[in-house]
Amino acid sequence: MSAIVRPNDYSAYPDANGRFGDYGGRYVPETLMPLVHELDAAYASAKADEGFQAQLGGFLKHYVGRPSPLYFAERLTNHFGGAKIYLKREELNHTGSHKINNCMGQILLAMRMGKTRIIAETGAGQHGVATATVCARFGLPCIVYMGAVDVERQKPNVFRMNLLGAEVRPVTSGSATLKDAMNEALRDWVTNVEDTYYLIGSAAGMHPYPAMVRDFQAIVGREVREQVIEAEGRLPDALVACVGGGSNAIGLFHPFLNDASVKLFGVEAAGEGLDTGRHAAAINGGRPGVLHGNMTYLLQDREGQIEEAHSISAGLDYPGIGPEHSWLHDVGRATYLSATDAESLSAFQLCAELEGILPAIESAHALARLPEIAREIGKDGLVVLNLSGRGDKDVNTVAAHLGRVI
Amino acid sequence: MSTARIDARFAALKAEGRAGFVAYVMAGDPDAATAAKILAGLPGAGADLIEVGFPFSDPMAEGPPIQRAAQRALAKGMTLAGTFEQVRGFRQSDQTTPIILMGYMNLLASWGIEAFANSAAEAGVDGLIVVDCPPEEAGPLADALDAAGVSLIRLTTPTSDDARLATIVRRTSGFVYYVSVAGVTGVKEADAAVVAPHVARVRKASGLPVAVGFGIKTPQRAAEVARVADAVVVGSALVDEIAEAVAMNEDVTKRVLSKVDSLAKAVRTARVGQTTV
Repeated sequence: MSAIVRPNDYSAYPDANGRFGDYGGRYVPETLMPLVHELDAAYASAKADEGFQAQLGGFLKHYVGRPSPLYFAERLTNHFGGAKIYLKREELNHTGSHKINNCMGQILLAMRMGKTRIIAETGAGQHGVATATVCARFGLPCIVYMGAVDVERQKPNVFRMNLLGAEVRPVTSGSATLKDAMNEALRDWVTNVEDTYYLIGSAAGMHPYPAMVRDFQAIVGREVREQVIEAEGRLPDALVACVGGGSNAIGLFHPFLNDASVKLFGVEAAGEGLDTGRHAAAINGGRPGVLHGNMTYLLQDREGQIEEAHSISAGLDYPGIGPEHSWLHDVGRATYLSATDAESLSAFQLCAELEGILPAIESAHALARLPEIAREIGKDGLVVLNLSGRGDKDVNTVAAHLGRVI
Repeated sequence: MSTARIDARFAALKAEGRAGFVAYVMAGDPDAATAAKILAGLPGAGADLIEVGFPFSDPMAEGPPIQRAAQRALAKGMTLAGTFEQVRGFRQSDQTTPIILMGYMNLLASWGIEAFANSAAEAGVDGLIVVDCPPEEAGPLADALDAAGVSLIRLTTPTSDDARLATIVRRTSGFVYYVSVAGVTGVKEADAAVVAPHVARVRKASGLPVAVGFGIKTPQRAAEVARVADAVVVGSALVDEIAEAVAMNEDVTKRVLSKVDSLAKAVRTARVGQTTV
């Protein structure tokens, strides 16, 4: 590993090799390399094309429902007694999470590239639903790989994908969760190289995905910037988001990376506790390695075998993290905390009771660290939390943990 | 820099006017002791070169047979150190058959790339294939392997155009692998007629012998490919024999080596009566 250098301009990353410092890269089988280069070139051209950006902006406004509100959570603020808490209401987007921002961008890119078949992986099913949604909207066949364990615990989302015309393929290899779904999607892509577009749902995987997904999610941070200045006349003091692969967090953080006064907090899933070994906290409980095309922090044993992640949240149940987060951690620009299953359940209930909002159990991990963050930032401070998804999909899980039969 | 064993083997094959047979097995499959016996028996059964997979939990380019082989080996505790131990054991009885290790990047990253290269050379490994390490990411690995005298074997594929081929073969030695189908191991079937012009292209771009693998399961198919390639690789069909022998409670070593024997014979005799390659 090379020496840690804190950059002057974060927006200049990744570099030409798809690296954020030591992290990122393109560790994929040779068969895929020409496709990865093709995607890189196609995305660079789309990114620079005003017509493409205008088309995307139109769909985000009229189909997704952007901009999402920045809401002052008065009762949570009073409850914690520290900084003012704002919630970025990504759960109000069409399909109920931030995932659609990225899916809309990538489906337009796929069509621009002439691809006719879409594949995706999903954990909780939110990305699968968002992908199935845009595929239905544009009339493209959609195959979603989902771990058999997740198919079982997220049945409503499986049915939702079916209603949207997608084929959900349960994955039984390995641990039958998100990482295995990603392996299987990569196996599909390497087999169907002519017509298939792999629509990755997180700011993870091989370059250019971490940068591209971040760019499509950065609309979250750009809107927050405008909205908070309109509401408060200044930038926030801290941003908070949950981190699995980390797309909602990097989308919020990225437009603020060069603003040194804005503290950044990512919250990883600590599962049953970091010291139990049953968690999904790649930065807090892992070390750097190579999986799914990139160098990043990973849960792995001494030998380098990937370890299973554990979290109440299927969306955070992944042994890795996006490479840009690994880098932001190493250079000290962002702080990565964690929240256990139990803490997240309590935060889920608190948000429901005080604000009348059921947060996704993923987003509840970020809510769980608000007490400390609100106190640290203090009374005159401003904290913005990305409420990345809605919790309707989680009511069965929450009921089961509360011992309630519904 | 020593590609001595690989170069000598391909020179001998050329002199004999035949293609080589490359057997792929997974280190520690179905267990370390049996795998060591299989390894020791491969040259006698007709393997001209041997590829030894080192098991990884998330082998993204493998089809179900090799995924399961890796899981069997990991379940019995196989490690990289154990893999080197198997190669060291093999070298006690065989000093001439080239051994190529094949696996995934994370184990190397975990072990340390330079330490890995040195351990491999010391154990008697001749070449290395890292499935998820394309030329773009291979600089440090190529340096370490050069210093240790181990060949970096490259994969070329149906998606490699001429410009890409030039990039791929830049720091390779020994031989070049041609992946005969776009896909994972052991699923689609290779077609010798389709493969032939690609082999010629790869040979020309690299100036090295070309081994073809990824979709070859039967002696007949192996013979067809042996008429157009310098070597034929079979992996999934062999590890499937291991799986079946275990399931049927048969003698695993005997069953695998008998399959190797039939495939190797088909490869050896494929060009009999042919005057040109």
